[in-house]
Amino acid sequence: MNPDVLRFSPGAYLAPAVDWLNANFHPFFAALTKLIETVLGGIEAALLYPPAYAVIIAAVLLAGFLIGFRAATVTAIALAFCFLSGLWTASMQTLALVTVAVMISVLVAFPLGILASRYEKFAAASRPVLDIMQTVPPWVYLIPAVMLFSLGRVPAIIATIVYGIPPMLRLTTLAFNQVPKDLLELGQASGASPRSILLKIEIPSATPTLLVGLNQCILLSLAMVVLAGLVGAGGLGAEVTRGLTRMEMGLGLRAGLAIVAIAILLDRLSKGALQGRRIGRSATAA
Amino acid sequence: MNTVKEANDVLLDCQNVWKIFGARSSAAVKAVSERGLSKKQVLQDFDCVVGVSDASLQVRRGEIFCIMGLSGSGKSTLVRLLNRLIEPSLGKIVVKGREIAKLNPAELRDMRARNIGMVFQSVALLPYRTVLENAAFGLEVRGVPKDERNETARAALAKVGLSDWISRYPSELSGGMQQRVGLARALAADPEIILMDEPFSALDPLIRRQLQDEFRQLTKSLGKSAVFITHDLEEAIRIGDRIAIMKDGIIVQVGTAEEIVTKPAGDYVAEFVAGISRIHLVKAHSVMRPVGDFKTSQPHCDVDALLKASPEADIGELIDITMRSERDAVAVVENGSIVGVVTTRGLLRGVAGMPAGAPGAA
Ligand SMILES: Nc1ncnc2c1ncn2[C@@H]1O[C@H](COP(=O)(O)OP(=O)(O)OP(=O)(O)O)[C@@H](O)[C@H]1O
Ligand SMILES: [Mg+2]
Repeated sequence: MNPDVLRFSPGAYLAPAVDWLNANFHPFFAALTKLIETVLGGIEAALLYPPAYAVIIAAVLLAGFLIGFRAATVTAIALAFCFLSGLWTASMQTLALVTVAVMISVLVAFPLGILASRYEKFAAASRPVLDIMQTVPPWVYLIPAVMLFSLGRVPAIIATIVYGIPPMLRLTTLAFNQVPKDLLELGQASGASPRSILLKIEIPSATPTLLVGLNQCILLSLAMVVLAGLVGAGGLGAEVTRGLTRMEMGLGLRAGLAIVAIAILLDRLSKGALQGRRIGRSATAA
Repeated sequence: MNTVKEANDVLLDCQNVWKIFGARSSAAVKAVSERGLSKKQVLQDFDCVVGVSDASLQVRRGEIFCIMGLSGSGKSTLVRLLNRLIEPSLGKIVVKGREIAKLNPAELRDMRARNIGMVFQSVALLPYRTVLENAAFGLEVRGVPKDERNETARAALAKVGLSDWISRYPSELSGGMQQRVGLARALAADPEIILMDEPFSALDPLIRRQLQDEFRQLTKSLGKSAVFITHDLEEAIRIGDRIAIMKDGIIVQVGTAEEIVTKPAGDYVAEFVAGISRIHLVKAHSVMRPVGDFKTSQPHCDVDALLKASPEADIGELIDITMRSERDAVAVVENGSIVGVVTTRGLLRGVAGMPAGAPGAA
């Protein structure tokens, strides 16, 4: 007997499904592509149109005012490195990609995370899906994404979103489950509407954990965006890929370090947003 | 007199309320209402916990009603049934003439916002809000404009003595101060009834006594009604106009402090009241001998020459009067005529907590 008959091959079913989607929903995917491209283009233009030093100064000032001196220093060093390594354009492209991907991930994951914290059945059903999303090697997503959206930045963003949703969703659920029960009871006993309870009690109480989720989402998305250089997403991922294919050690190393710089920058800024609020709170209170 | 009006003016009426927790609670409720199963049987047959069992109570306007019971006796469950944070399994709760089980969500919210406030054992202050913002919370969710609600919250905080702390955060306050913020938050919403679930249990005895007195004064001066939960009988006696004693979800006795101490219903309550000082609880009318009775047993004693006290004088006052007199007896006068005599023996009996009809009464 031929063992090939028994071989499980989900791809054999998935590929026609993707083909079918492509054939029947092409206008939808085309419109989605256009929308994402527009937003992405806008952010990229905002980062790349002004001279690099202007962007750096503006970012440092913002970090200084909104978070603190240390965040401003980290911002200055990270962005200066991107500029001086000659990878400014690629770095800003990557930053734009990550920003858009994270925004969409959060938009999807936040409401679903709240749903999962409210409805145990939904949480139970979503758990295996999230497990699969997190454990399948990320470049596997790239294949159907490229089939549907063709090469370029959009499939990269889609794959990144798929990868960025699970941590944000899980931590949103955790954050809402952790809201103290007595505070919820207070909301109900005071006659607050469900909306007031959400906005005035649940979200503020959940904020620290939500920010941890955001932080995770940003860092995982950044890792994925670099991988997406393989499908022509441009940015630092493309530089790394080029360094690899041409065996250019110098370029690969510079691009790698620029990615580290962006990662540190995003990490410190998102964490600073959390700690900055805390410091501000006790400072005004003291 | 307004006692007749007050007696009729029941703000909160809880009629034969049951709460049964558990997966098969509906079957258990059915069995209870049809066959009258006991708490133990319900646990055995249905694996359900009876939280509150057939509780009935009335809270009148201006009254502080204490519910006292040990841990797990169902106090928190009962108080949460009163504002429908928990749905009753059986029975009816009427607040200001409206049955709360029949209110729709919006009406229920309105009722909670305007008529029934709540103070929690855990205080439940929002850590990311200042004291003022916390105190204004109830008004904020009701949609009161900012200036107005801050004004009201400031006044409520002044009443509990926290005017200097309004821009601090809860973490900077001591436990007693936090509890006062919780009280101010309830007062700012200006409800007619305040539910208090063991608000002072976590505090040390000194602060606790102080807050008990403040709370009683404040509630009385504002003319509010309150349901006050506690596991401490002394606290219930200090604060409550009437006290309900709960055991295993059942209200075993309802009455004034004096009634509970002098006529405990059953061994369980008797054990509780054994350690309570009666000096300020037991009144002349419950330890006196009828005047005729006294005259026949002591014909040579001139009753009219005794010092006099009112029937409401407590044992402490009676002891003072006896010490000032040369005799061992005090006459009890009501409406100008002597109705009874309190002897030293009677006083001792009152202090020791022996019931009035016990042998050896003299
Ligand atoms: N949500 C619930 N699910 C199941 N059982 C519950 C629930 N809430 C309370 N109970 C049970 O109901 C009974 C009464 O609990 P309750 O919290 O009302 O007691 P309590 O008198 O307030 O005690 P404490 O003084 O410790 O606060 C307990 O046996 C408890 O196990
Ligand atoms: Mg309790």
